[in-house]
Amino acid sequence: MTIALSGKEVATKLEQQFPSGIISSTEDSLLVKGESLFDIISFLKTSPEFKFDFLNSISAVDYFNYFEIVYHLTSMEHNHSLVLKTRCDGRENLSVPSIVSLYEGANAQEREIYDLMGISFEGHPNMKRIFLWDGFQGHPLRKDFL
Amino acid sequence: MEIDRTGFQIYDDAELDSVEGQVIEDLKANSQEEIADPDQWLDEELQQNILLTTVDWVINWGRRSSPWVSLCFPACCGFEFVAAMGPRFDISRFGMEILRASPRQADLMITAGTMTWKMAPNIRRIYNQMAEPKWVIAMGACAISGGIFRSSYSVVPGYNHIIPVDVYVPGCPPRPEGLIYGIQMLQEKIAKRKNFTQKG
Repeated sequence: MTIALSGKEVATKLEQQFPSGIISSTEDSLLVKGESLFDIISFLKTSPEFKFDFLNSISAVDYFNYFEIVYHLTSMEHNHSLVLKTRCDGRENLSVPSIVSLYEGANAQEREIYDLMGISFEGHPNMKRIFLWDGFQGHPLRKDFL
Repeated sequence: MEIDRTGFQIYDDAELDSVEGQVIEDLKANSQEEIADPDQWLDEELQQNILLTTVDWVINWGRRSSPWVSLCFPACCGFEFVAAMGPRFDISRFGMEILRASPRQADLMITAGTMTWKMAPNIRRIYNQMAEPKWVIAMGACAISGGIFRSSYSVVPGYNHIIPVDVYVPGCPPRPEGLIYGIQMLQEKIAKRKNFTQKG
């Protein structure tokens, strides 16, 4: 198993570089702003201290007032992992920066979140539905989908 | 008490013997010639190689004895079908062991699993590519009605929305014995088919 890094410790290390990017942090996870998400993940991937070279998964959660997108990152070299979250408010025209240019594996997962949750990822090379067909109405994994 | 014998016709032994003797004498008189073999006009090689039957029966026998199965196993019923294929249940006993990767060589589609709307055009295409005559067995609850996924946004509620189904095999999934029974029901259906007077 990997060693799960404390979100609070990572937050203190990132605060100098991204003073306004981090909203809050707990023992388990780190909540960041959508605008600075790409820069923070890019830093976490490249800095020698963290070196998160593997993206386990991206998932999205519907909390009615806002959607939360959860990134699980792992470093093969240091054998540690981190849970990173970001939020987008409202239910229409949601968007989050894409991290496909950092992790190629994010391609299909971001399309899946767009398909089932209706959150579009800015900068994704092929932002369209992946499981359902063109013309399908709505996003079925949303809580208000009938 | 005296038995009332009026109304009964009583033969004595001599009379019965003479009637029996007459029957035998008549048969003997008429049976002096040997009865010829009805196949005598055929030569010996032909005699061993001619069977008389109907064309319908022969065609149906050929069709029902080797229904080759096309690949259509979208979900978990496929494993039960694989078990039916394997040595324990062994549907090759009934001449249907060959799975065809090409639908053009198949007669029977066993639809083992849930069909989604995204898969539906491809399944109809596979069905359309199968050569006539062709049959479909809907295997399992999902194939019959959509099963537990019936109300889902992405699942077709039954294969009969897409292709005509001949035999329904219930179960979730059906046991291999159930599938074999379903195939035998299909064979009975094929055997009743009139190939020249009715269509379908």
